[in-house]
Amino acid sequence: MHLRKIVLLSSAGWIAGTSLAFSQGQTLTIATVNNADMIIMQRLAPKWEQATGNKLNWVVLEENVLRQRATTDIATKGGQFDIITIGSYEAPIWGKQNWLLPVDDLGADYDYADIIPSVRNGLSFNGKLYAVPFYAESSFTFYRKDLFDQAGIKMPDKPTYDQIAEYAAKLTDKSKEQYGFCQRGKPGWGENMAFIGPMVNAFGGRWFNEKWEPQLTTEPWKNAVNYYVKNMREYGPPGATANGHNENRALFATGHCAMWVDATSAAGYIYNPKESQVADKTAFTAAPMQVTSNGSGWFWAWSLGIPASTKKADAAKSFVKWATSKEYVTLVGNEAGWVAAPPGTRKSTYDNPEYQKAAPFAKVVYDSIVNADLTKPTKDPVPYIGIQYVAIPEFQGIGTAVGQQIAAALAGQSTVEQALETAQRSTERTMKQAGYPK
Amino acid sequence: MASTTTAAQVPGTSTTVGGRSQRNVKTLPLVAPSVVILFLWMIVPLAMTLWFSFQYYNLLDPSVGGFAGFENYTFLLTDPSLWTAMMNTIFLVFWVLVITVGLGTLLAVLFDQDFYGRSIARLLAIAPFFVMPTVSALVWKNMLMHPVNGLFAFFSRSLGLPAIDFFGSFPLTSVIIIVAWQWLPFALLILLTAIQSLDSEQKEAARMDGAGPFSMFFFIILPHLGRAISVVIMIETIFLLSVFAEIYVTTSGGPGLASTNLAFLIYLRALREYDVGGASAAGVIAVILANIVAIFLVRSIAKNIAD
Amino acid sequence: MHPKTRGKLVLTVVGWLAAGLIFFPIFWMVLTSFKTEVEAVATPPKLFFTPTLENYITVRERADYVHFALNSMIISVGATLLATLIAVPAAYAMAFFPGKRTKDLLLWMLSTKMMPAVGVLIPIYLLFRDTGAIDTRWGLIVVYTLMNLPIVVWMLYTFFKEVPKDILEAGRMDGAKPKQEVWMLLLPLSLPGIASTALLSIILCWNEAFWSLNLTTSEAAPLTTFIASFSAPEGLFWAKLSAASTIAIAPILVFGWMSQRQLVRGLTFGAVK
Repeated sequence: MHLRKIVLLSSAGWIAGTSLAFSQGQTLTIATVNNADMIIMQRLAPKWEQATGNKLNWVVLEENVLRQRATTDIATKGGQFDIITIGSYEAPIWGKQNWLLPVDDLGADYDYADIIPSVRNGLSFNGKLYAVPFYAESSFTFYRKDLFDQAGIKMPDKPTYDQIAEYAAKLTDKSKEQYGFCQRGKPGWGENMAFIGPMVNAFGGRWFNEKWEPQLTTEPWKNAVNYYVKNMREYGPPGATANGHNENRALFATGHCAMWVDATSAAGYIYNPKESQVADKTAFTAAPMQVTSNGSGWFWAWSLGIPASTKKADAAKSFVKWATSKEYVTLVGNEAGWVAAPPGTRKSTYDNPEYQKAAPFAKVVYDSIVNADLTKPTKDPVPYIGIQYVAIPEFQGIGTAVGQQIAAALAGQSTVEQALETAQRSTERTMKQAGYPK
Repeated sequence: MASTTTAAQVPGTSTTVGGRSQRNVKTLPLVAPSVVILFLWMIVPLAMTLWFSFQYYNLLDPSVGGFAGFENYTFLLTDPSLWTAMMNTIFLVFWVLVITVGLGTLLAVLFDQDFYGRSIARLLAIAPFFVMPTVSALVWKNMLMHPVNGLFAFFSRSLGLPAIDFFGSFPLTSVIIIVAWQWLPFALLILLTAIQSLDSEQKEAARMDGAGPFSMFFFIILPHLGRAISVVIMIETIFLLSVFAEIYVTTSGGPGLASTNLAFLIYLRALREYDVGGASAAGVIAVILANIVAIFLVRSIAKNIAD
Repeated sequence: MHPKTRGKLVLTVVGWLAAGLIFFPIFWMVLTSFKTEVEAVATPPKLFFTPTLENYITVRERADYVHFALNSMIISVGATLLATLIAVPAAYAMAFFPGKRTKDLLLWMLSTKMMPAVGVLIPIYLLFRDTGAIDTRWGLIVVYTLMNLPIVVWMLYTFFKEVPKDILEAGRMDGAKPKQEVWMLLLPLSLPGIASTALLSIILCWNEAFWSLNLTTSEAAPLTTFIASFSAPEGLFWAKLSAASTIAIAPILVFGWMSQRQLVRGLTFGAVK
């Protein structure tokens, strides 16, 4: 209680400092996704409003709708938003177009050095930071400790995909609706491809070679996708082609899965008994590797960016500074519980003993994020940055089209080879249309 | 019967012929503005789309621009997914029409009968029409058809059968079921109305002549429904050609292209790739397709309606 | 038992069974809205549980439902009024003074409705940006008017065609001017038809989710946007979504149920007869 008061006072103090810049309150329109961490931000934001005299006008939308809405607006310079929530995929692309204001100038007290370097790199273009991270995630392996113990298996710190397949075989019992290998199958660049991309990296593959030629029919892709299809069919849940992050989370939380490779940010919920029936039976380890560990865990950061078209840049900067500061992390820890503190952005969060106590998975998450190097995502060199995505505008379309083909192979409508062949051709078409190599 | 009413109208129509030319002059100022507005409002987006369809225009890459000639069209027309999407579109429209008109007719006959609590039962039956497509798709996907957590899976398991993987194994069929559920009430409402407008004297007379329920249905009710069925087909076709939310929420057009229709393909082009030129070209193609449908399908029906 | 009574009983069972099956998904959604998130995804599905209002409270805390519902109402009704206002003279002209091309024009108008909205999003968005119409109620009203106009014109056309020409003729003989002819004779005569057209248009506007999501931000955002803030976040959301959906469809459902008699009466009069 005492600590909380001090935090509030001190945060009010530095906010008052920044707010001197404007004489009267302004209304900012902020667009954000409806994930739990942002809902907490919305709930705590009145504190910032009171301290600065500004008002926030919230537009909360589901991820895909938000992305489509924000992209349309920023690309046409519609000027509807003063702050938008974007991912690490958009930040460098939009920064390159000068659609976002650089946010390197939030002041020394913001402590840029505290932000995890891989996160900062992911949000930068040409060395300039274009969005500040609100929470960041990598991927890792969720597994059911109780089932592993029962079967007498010990999960290694760095499992390989071969080992995962072996365990999945042992832990699948379809009569009990228990599945060893629950992974994303719903087509989409941010759905099944978020899992398959890092898996292909681990198998030694890459999206493009240095000349921007698509590599989808190379051996690593074939091996990885064959592995994926085989194991999903044999040890995965039924209906896998419709399962995205949420569906798998529901399956895991209701005790139907033995292993699940997905976002580190889901760990807090799986540990929450109100949301999960396996809160006390779940453990975590790194995302599986195979021939390499480069790019085997993905990287994503939900971040706050300021469109260049805003007329209220100062107030907007004041808010994004507040919402991504150390003080904000502490505020969430005190108000909503430390397990809910926004993960993955600041080293100081992971140094905090209270967070370590509340989130036993903290170390694995931190390691995963630190190791997710967007600039060296694959075994062989590539001309792009990004692990589960390629940071070019065309990737949303390409990733989704390829995801469709792999889902078709998973559903048994085509063979893996046919699917990759079709995917390769459509990717070549798109890249040619977009004028690559550039 | 429908033919009686049309026949009765003919003399009426012919009497107005004399008055028409004389009248036309005076009504023109009254009518023209609205027709012009109407026309403009239809033509402006169409013209803009047509213009963009000949441009290089990617929203995410302002460095590319200029006149593209027919390149957007050739790119699209050589895309193998376009034909799949067209077939899926037609397949979806056709089956939803069959289901809604077929079941709708049966239900309309059922709800025309007198039974206890009929008006409340009827209210329940028309309710799906008022539900937003996104909501109904989410409900069907996650609460009913989900192969693990869904209710249908629970039922089939209780019967000792394996759960059906709706969206993996029968993606388009599943979408058709959802869409048909939404439009069934519409068909029911229109067809029920039509049945109720059937003269009870006529029905009584047929019954006197010894018509059983079946001959009653096939020789009295069904012919009377011709025009109502045309209305249902016409309006539903318009909306079914651009079904989008149901696919977006459930299968994202997959697996593969199994449930991608034209509207969804255009969505992929326009909002995943932000290729405005390509999306516009696809929009133009969709309009042409719609007009072909209008010529072949709607026109034969429209004779029924417009006369 | 008297065979007639027995027949009625059988019909009652069959009728209610059919209605129950059709209504079931909605019932299930409403039921889910009173469960906790974990109960909502439980297998086997829970039919008996302690109902909770938790989801409704969460929904209320997170979004101003009244604001969205009010926008939905204003926009649906506004667009319907505007569309009817423009369509009446046009339908009048087409029904009573048809030219050679009238039918083609009607069909062409209907076919423009088949163009997927997503293909014209960017052009419309640019147009809206330049006219300052983004996130305004009138902007959305204009789009919805445009969207429903073909259907409204066509339905009114079929209703007007059913009006006995002799009556209008007689009015003309008595010296009624065209304006009077429309106001005093045509509209009263086809009122049920106009009403059911309007009802259909309101329902279509209320449920429209593409333009409303893309052309509004917050001021003018209707209930479909409200739904989009509860659908598909990371994590379990089915119970909360069910609660949000229930209150989002409740007004239009009640409205639809109350007016269905009117809808039926109007349809009998024109298009369907």
